[in-house]
Amino acid sequence: MSAQMLRVTEIEALSPLVKRFRFEHPGGKKLPLFSGGAHVVVEMPDGDLLRRNAYSLISDPQDGSGYEIAVRREDGGRGGSRFMHSNVGQGDTLRISTPLNLFSLDARARKHVLIAGGIGITPIIAQMRQLLRMQDRFEIHYAARLRSEAAGLRLLPRLPHIHSHISDEGDRMDLGAILDRQPIGTHVYTCGPEGLITAVAQCAARLGWPRGSLHSEVFLAPPPGRAFEVTLAKSGRTVTVGPHQSLLEALEEAQVEIDWSCRGGACGRCETDVVSCHGRIEHNDHWLSEDEHSSQTKIMPCVSRFRGRELIIDR
Amino acid sequence: MPATKFTPSIISRPIYGGLTPHGTVPALMLASGPGGEALLDLIAADPAVLPHATVIYIPEGSDLGPRLEAQGPASYVEAASYASILPRFRKLLAEAPMNTRLYLAGTEGLIGQATAEALAAGMLLEAIEAEHRGSLARRMQCVHCKGITEDVTTDPFTCSHCGLSLFVRDHYSRRYAAFQGVCVDAETPGEVPPKQEIKA
Amino acid sequence: MTIQFNDETFRDDYSYHNSPAAIRRFPFPFDKDDYMYAVNMEPHGSGRAGSPFENRFDVDEHYVAEMRDREITLKEDPLRCQSLPHMELAGWDLLELIMEAKSEDYPELFSLHRDGDRWHWINRPLGIDHKFTFLDPTTLPYGPMEYITRQAQGDFAVLDQRDGNLWMEAGMVTSQADWSLDFDIGMNFFEWHAPVPLAHEMGIFQRALKFLLAIQQDAPSRRLNWTMTVNPRLDTSPENYHKWGPEKRTLTPENTGEKQYLRVELQTFFRLPRSNGLAFPIRCYLISLQDLVTVPKWGRRLHRVIRDLPDELAEYKGFTVNRPLIVEYLSRFDDGKPTSPGIFPDE
Repeated sequence: MSAQMLRVTEIEALSPLVKRFRFEHPGGKKLPLFSGGAHVVVEMPDGDLLRRNAYSLISDPQDGSGYEIAVRREDGGRGGSRFMHSNVGQGDTLRISTPLNLFSLDARARKHVLIAGGIGITPIIAQMRQLLRMQDRFEIHYAARLRSEAAGLRLLPRLPHIHSHISDEGDRMDLGAILDRQPIGTHVYTCGPEGLITAVAQCAARLGWPRGSLHSEVFLAPPPGRAFEVTLAKSGRTVTVGPHQSLLEALEEAQVEIDWSCRGGACGRCETDVVSCHGRIEHNDHWLSEDEHSSQTKIMPCVSRFRGRELIIDR
Repeated sequence: MPATKFTPSIISRPIYGGLTPHGTVPALMLASGPGGEALLDLIAADPAVLPHATVIYIPEGSDLGPRLEAQGPASYVEAASYASILPRFRKLLAEAPMNTRLYLAGTEGLIGQATAEALAAGMLLEAIEAEHRGSLARRMQCVHCKGITEDVTTDPFTCSHCGLSLFVRDHYSRRYAAFQGVCVDAETPGEVPPKQEIKA
Repeated sequence: MTIQFNDETFRDDYSYHNSPAAIRRFPFPFDKDDYMYAVNMEPHGSGRAGSPFENRFDVDEHYVAEMRDREITLKEDPLRCQSLPHMELAGWDLLELIMEAKSEDYPELFSLHRDGDRWHWINRPLGIDHKFTFLDPTTLPYGPMEYITRQAQGDFAVLDQRDGNLWMEAGMVTSQADWSLDFDIGMNFFEWHAPVPLAHEMGIFQRALKFLLAIQQDAPSRRLNWTMTVNPRLDTSPENYHKWGPEKRTLTPENTGEKQYLRVELQTFFRLPRSNGLAFPIRCYLISLQDLVTVPKWGRRLHRVIRDLPDELAEYKGFTVNRPLIVEYLSRFDDGKPTSPGIFPDE
């Protein structure tokens, strides 16, 4: 996966927990453009650790002068967002990957309905910028708990078809009302916590919508768990995956060559064959099929873990 | 006349899975000739599909119309032909909400043309149910002159526009709602193989 | 580098010809003595110097004549170039990709000056000097995809990516190996490949699709495909099959070396930034058997490949009827000696 060193040129607090970062090329070079919904992977050298987190781009996809992301500090997380908030300052340079889109707009849509919960607003912002430029028909529904925490309010323009729902003020997002009577040719894009994505899917199913009109992106960080051991078939070596480490990170630490891209269980790049499995793979990805999950013949090292006696993978 | 079972073919050849009811959502039902029986079967399987259903029936000499109307759909209309009902069908599609299901039954020509209209209006393929009943005639596009020949029952056949002898391929375009017809004697003009009846 | 452009035709009198240098750099598609489908993808963009793989878009001695031939084909049948309405942004992506690549790789032939959205494009071989506004189609004589592909060798399919599939929804197709853009437009990856025998059962298309969906912006890929064509004809379309079909039957033992051509497609794949679509250029190279056998390795190998090819593939590629003549001709250049690995001529 290709990447380049970019300089942090702006840091702005959008809310007490969310900061906006702007990156530019140190030599002023134009950066590769992207499409709304794309993300980049930011590399963070944190002592002996090399952290890699994926963040959606929030800047204008057609503007190559810089990339912008919004990072929410997750104090209970694995440390990447804390690093961004505490250790990264203006003028620092970080390695940023070329943008990749696993959450793109359906260009055929007669109408786009974008639904965001909390920090899930980030990919929606870039999608909105693309739709505004293409002069496509859309509406946005953004849900947040507290006005003071709703970083999205700072990023969304005031337009009649952009709606914010602050639940603490009694304005809960009503999915049934949003989806009811939408015309054929509508596509819905949801980003936020897994619960919101499930709720949209259930509401759409109850109304009788075809599933192909629903698009979503869950921001999946590798979940922590118990430490486990994995044996590598090609070298016979065994690696230990720590409680707050992913198998992918453990493989990288052991200098095992492995391709990756989203690091969130969605793109399929790091898919790995399982040679033998005595125990249970905890599949956390959105890539493998249900059959592949239950047969335990493949694993996505970026997010999935293992419990049991022995796991041998084809690496 | 039961639903047609087709022999397996290449991936672009459409498969008609039969009409599966989707409950009380808004429904557009369009059938011709023996396709009316497929609608009756659908309604019998789940009467809940009726209250929000608009039924369009093209009898083509069949007498199923009164029975369909007697089922009591939200609205019922009988049409002389697909061409005559097309403007109304387009308006219904343009006004349809996202949860609309389209149920089609009849010949491949009817299913294909109505599917192409619905897709052009923004409907997704998965919202369309189709069941083949009746004639095995195919709607063919001449790849050379682009003209469509309706109701083709033999292979090869003569293009009704340019007159070339064409063989029938299973390659199918949803956009044209037609199979591809290719000149059968292109390399050896005049050497046209004998005609055979098209089979399922 | 200067290129001497040939004055030649791809129809009627078929004056198409390869210079000795063009023969040496021909993209011979077989890296061993037999052939079967494979997902034979390689990174594209900086291949061996002087080869057709050196640059992102190869410009060679046939450039001007190929563009003239495209113009004739489009005049007769404008449906060879189509773009569904939602593909316009991808068309601009393609225009930018080609203009950038050509002006960087062939600065003496092409230049691009950009001042914000105001672009100035100069194509010296075709005598084009044009100022236009990027993303404003009213400032171009054609849509963006048509405009740039009238100035770029090879066919172009532009694919939309959605629902875990690739959809052929725009293209410029005037030098195709017997498939119709007009008929196939709107189909997904499996549907437009439906007529290909054996490969579906082998899982080739599933694997290829997975690979293509993951292609990233700065990492284009390529593969080679091939077929056989009688006469150096670019437009072997199904639309005109009744016109070129009879020529297939004009092969004789005496004229096989001269009239039978190996047709190679250099297929490349580029992720498009703004639309997230995929550009799929299909560049056609033609070489007569008599020119091809001047490279002894190629003569030996092509004989073995054609002789041993499964019947279904010869049938699908449309040369079953001429296979005996081709094998007979090529056998004269196969002394049975072993061939070296790889596609390039022995030094």
